[in-house]
Amino acid sequence: MNVKFWQEWWKFFEKIIVPSVLATFRMVGATMVLGLFFGFILAVLLTLFSPQGLNPKKRVYRVLDFIVNTIRSFPILILIVAVSPLTRKVVGTTVGEKAVILPLSIAATSFIARALENTFKGVDPQLIEAAKSFGASDLQIIFRVIVKESVPGIISVATMSTIAYIAGSTIAGAVGGGGIGAIALNYGYQSFNDSVLYTSVFILFLMVQATQAIGNWIYKKSL
Amino acid sequence: MIEIKNLEKSFDDVKVLKGINIDIPSGAKYGLIGRSGTGKSTLLRCINGLESYDKGFLKVDGVEIKDLNKKELKDLRRDMGMIFQHFSLLDRLDVYQNIALPLRCWKYDNKFIDKKVKELLEVIGIPEKIHSRPRELSGGQKQRVAIARALSLDPKILLCDEATSALDPKTAQSTIELLDNINKEMGITLVIVTHQMSVLRSICEDISILEDGVVAAQGSINDIFVEKPKALENLMGTKDIVLPRTGRTIEIFFTENNGSKPIVSQISRELNIDCLIVSGDMEMYGGNQLGSLIINIPIENHEEVGKYLDKEGFIWKILK
Repeated sequence: MNVKFWQEWWKFFEKIIVPSVLATFRMVGATMVLGLFFGFILAVLLTLFSPQGLNPKKRVYRVLDFIVNTIRSFPILILIVAVSPLTRKVVGTTVGEKAVILPLSIAATSFIARALENTFKGVDPQLIEAAKSFGASDLQIIFRVIVKESVPGIISVATMSTIAYIAGSTIAGAVGGGGIGAIALNYGYQSFNDSVLYTSVFILFLMVQATQAIGNWIYKKSL
Repeated sequence: MIEIKNLEKSFDDVKVLKGINIDIPSGAKYGLIGRSGTGKSTLLRCINGLESYDKGFLKVDGVEIKDLNKKELKDLRRDMGMIFQHFSLLDRLDVYQNIALPLRCWKYDNKFIDKKVKELLEVIGIPEKIHSRPRELSGGQKQRVAIARALSLDPKILLCDEATSALDPKTAQSTIELLDNINKEMGITLVIVTHQMSVLRSICEDISILEDGVVAAQGSINDIFVEKPKALENLMGTKDIVLPRTGRTIEIFFTENNGSKPIVSQISRELNIDCLIVSGDMEMYGGNQLGSLIINIPIENHEEVGKYLDKEGFIWKILK
C-alpha cells in the first residue's frame, strides 16, 4: 500500500504539481517585473510631486495618490474579478495563468509604489538639502541621492512584495488562475486529496522561505 | 559680494527674519552668531536660495536671488559651497564618490573628476581615506570630506552652517584652521553660522549678532569685543565680577594693535605702581591676545596710569 501511495503521489507530483509550480514562477516573476517597473516609476512621481517633495504639484500628487489608494483598498480576489472586463479585452480571456498577471501586476504596482514612496521618504532630508546646495537637479537628487541611499530599502520592498504576490497568485487560483494555488484547491481540497493539498502547502512554504533567504542575502550584500 | 537689505521672512505666521541688513565683502570671513531660533540658519539658506524670503533684497554679485528661475538658481549654487552640522554625506558612497558627486551632477568627464578629487583629498589632508565609507570616519574627517565636496566646483563662497557644532573642541579648532587656510589660499569668502563663541573668535573678522530675527550688533570682531554691546553679553552670559572696594578699578581692552604688549608688567616696572589683577577674559587670535583685563590700582595713581595707557594705544574705561 505504501508503494502504491508513493506511485500515486509521484504521478500527481510529476504531471500536475511540477508544471503548476513553474506556472507560479512565471506568474509571480512577470508580476514582480511589471510591478517593480511601474511601481518604481509611480514612487518617483509621488516623491517628486508630493507637497513636501522636490517639485510640489498638489493636483498631480492627489490624483496619483488617489489611484494608488483605490487599488490598494481592493482585496486581491475582488480586484481580479473587478478588472475581468479589462482582462478580457487585453489578454483575450479571464482564466489561466496569463489572465491573472494583469490584475496581479496592477495590485503589485500600487503596493510597491506606496512601499517605495515610504522608503524614499526615509532618506535624510539633510542629504537632499546638501544635494540642492551644490546645484543638483530634481532628477539627479532622485536617482543619485534618494534612490542610491534607498537601495537596501528597495531590496526589502522587492522581497516583501514577492512574498505577498506568491500569496496573491494562489488566491488567483480560486478564480480560474493557474499555478500551485489552483492545484491545492482543485486537486487537493476539493478532491479530498490530502497528499496533493499538503504537498502544495509545503512547496509554498519552501518558496516563501527561499525568497526571504535570497532577499536577506542580497540585502546584506547591498549594505 | 553679498548684500542683504531689509530682509524679511515668515514661516506661516511666525516672522523669523525681521529686516536684516548685512554686507559681506569678497574674501571676507563673516560670522553670523546667535542663539538657536534667532534665524541665522534661515538667513544662510536665503543666500543660496534653499529658503525664499518675503521682503527686502538679497544680492550676490549684484544678482537678486529672488528673481532667479530654477536653472539660474542652480548655476548660482554652483558658485556656492555649503557645509552642514551633521556633514550630510551619502552613507552608501565612499569618500571618493562623495566628493565626486557634485562634479558628476555637473557632468564633468571622469579624468577631470579623478584629478580634482585627488587634489581635494590633499587639501583636506586625508588622502589615505579615499575609499573609506563615511561610517568608518571620525566626525572631523567627515566634515573634511564635506568641505572637499563643497569645494569641488571651485565656489567663490562657502556657507558654513554650524559646521563645527557636532565636533569636539580640538577637532573643531583644526576644522576652523582648515577653513582659514581655504580662505587665505583660495580666496573663498566664508559665511559662518555658529552659536559657538570660540569659533567666532578664532576665525571671523566681521560679525553680526542675531537676536530674535534682527541684527542686534554688527562690526569687526575687535570692535564688538571692546564695545561689548548688550547682544554680546546676552550671548555669552554676563559674569558677575565682584570689584575690590578700595582703589580704582579699570578695564583694559586688548585689540589687534596692542594685544602682544605685556601691559601690566610695563605699568608696574616703568611707573612703579602695583597692579592687582581682578579678572581677565582673553584668547589668542592670530598671535594676538584679544579680550579685556580688569586691574585694580591705588586711587591716587589712576591719572598717571590712564595717560600711560593712552600713550601705549590702549582703549580703557573706569569701572569703579
